[in-house]
Amino acid sequence: MKVRIKVWRQKNADSQGAFETYETPTLNANMSFLEMLDVVNEDLSMKGQEPIAFDHDCREGICGTCSLVINGKPHGPHRKVATCQTYMRSFQDGETIVVEPFRAKPFPLIKDLVVNRKSFDQIIQAGGFISVRTGSAPDANSVPVPKINSDLAMDAAQCIGCGACVAACKNASAMLFVSAKVSHLGLLPQGQPERERRVLAMVGTMDELGFGSCTVTGSCEAVCPKDISLDFIARMNRDYGYALIKGEPHRNSAED
Amino acid sequence: MKVITRLWRSSLGRKFLMALTGIALWGFVVGHLIGNLQVFLGADKLNAYAAFLKSQPGLLWGARLGLLAMVGLHVASAISLSAQNKAARPVDYGNGLPPHASSYASRTMLMSGLIVASFILYHLLHYTLLVPAVNLSGADFAGYYQKLTDGSERHDVYRMLVIGFRHPVVAGFYLLSIALLCLHLSHGLSAMFQSLGVTRFTRLGRDRFAKIVGILIFVGYASIPAAVVLGLIGKEVVK
Repeated sequence: MKVRIKVWRQKNADSQGAFETYETPTLNANMSFLEMLDVVNEDLSMKGQEPIAFDHDCREGICGTCSLVINGKPHGPHRKVATCQTYMRSFQDGETIVVEPFRAKPFPLIKDLVVNRKSFDQIIQAGGFISVRTGSAPDANSVPVPKINSDLAMDAAQCIGCGACVAACKNASAMLFVSAKVSHLGLLPQGQPERERRVLAMVGTMDELGFGSCTVTGSCEAVCPKDISLDFIARMNRDYGYALIKGEPHRNSAED
Repeated sequence: MKVITRLWRSSLGRKFLMALTGIALWGFVVGHLIGNLQVFLGADKLNAYAAFLKSQPGLLWGARLGLLAMVGLHVASAISLSAQNKAARPVDYGNGLPPHASSYASRTMLMSGLIVASFILYHLLHYTLLVPAVNLSGADFAGYYQKLTDGSERHDVYRMLVIGFRHPVVAGFYLLSIALLCLHLSHGLSAMFQSLGVTRFTRLGRDRFAKIVGILIFVGYASIPAAVVLGLIGKEVVK
């Protein structure tokens, strides 16, 4: 098969970008979308043109490095997969595919389809530490965790931090990402000591970095390669509201 | 005080304000509808209800000022959040498609809200401040009085309502605005649970609740101008 790709090309953050259209060489329908771009890049290199820059790493859907907005949807046409696990058989022979970078102010463009997602790392850093006993491994089952909590925490922990939620949201909001990170610790006993401080700090950093707010359109959940639920956002809102009203703990006289 | 500044500075805090003021405004929309549906019980009931409200200036003005504050907070947080949201995506996508999987109502909350707000201004000029210039029928609503058997008079709200809605442009504008209000509610009533972190009900349940309530409110409000235009009520006024 062959397709036509309409790709965003931009030399660097300061230059003006534009769409360029390329005809691909003959493709195997079972190539992944990233392998298709590899083939196109090889072809461009042979012709002496600049290859298309795009993010990729593990190519098995677990690292969250690949991005791309493909025909208006982050990570391509399917639900619950990343771009690396989107295959060319999902497209029509001869189809024109529009490929764009993730767009958000906190995700500044570096080159072509590559954006800088370090703002996600800053949000994680703001979350800080958890208080656990270090040293020898604890005895098994010494900390009881209800089954439902461990299931939900693991669902939240699935988040690979790819940023598709931000890219899909009409407000470029990072609420799905932040709520997943807040919830996976907030649901477990090990995350309780810093639970309130964590949600306040992570949401505060999210606002400072210039992400938008949540208007509950559901786009983020629909494009999430790890199927993170919108319910985590509601959970985080509740945690945040509680922490905000409660405020900082008051010092008691025993400490003086 | 610190809590209030923190609430306003945080995007989540402003979402809480949106949701809480939204619930209060929705409560008014329902109460106002129930009051107004008394038009179907005839002129005496509706005029007596209006006279009762006017006889309680404390309650009336308390409610009016409260609602004004609610609308102010709701609109101010909406505009502030919306500006933040716009700024979060300085370069838009070039694919020309709407954001994936988002509903029309959810994408147009700001516009539907602002149009409804301008309708409310018109509605206040029309039926509360009784400005003759905006009712398009040339009548002076302030001069409508109903004579009671004991010789006293009270404002004839029923007659004002019938004459007001007999103008097709006015009735059409009311219907359109009510439709937009219900579009706004069909998303807002579901989203407020999410903003306040109420997960007691499933998301599907919340969405259904919002849609059904939105439709019921539309049918309720639309029935009044529709009944007047179709001549189902108010014939005795027009003759």
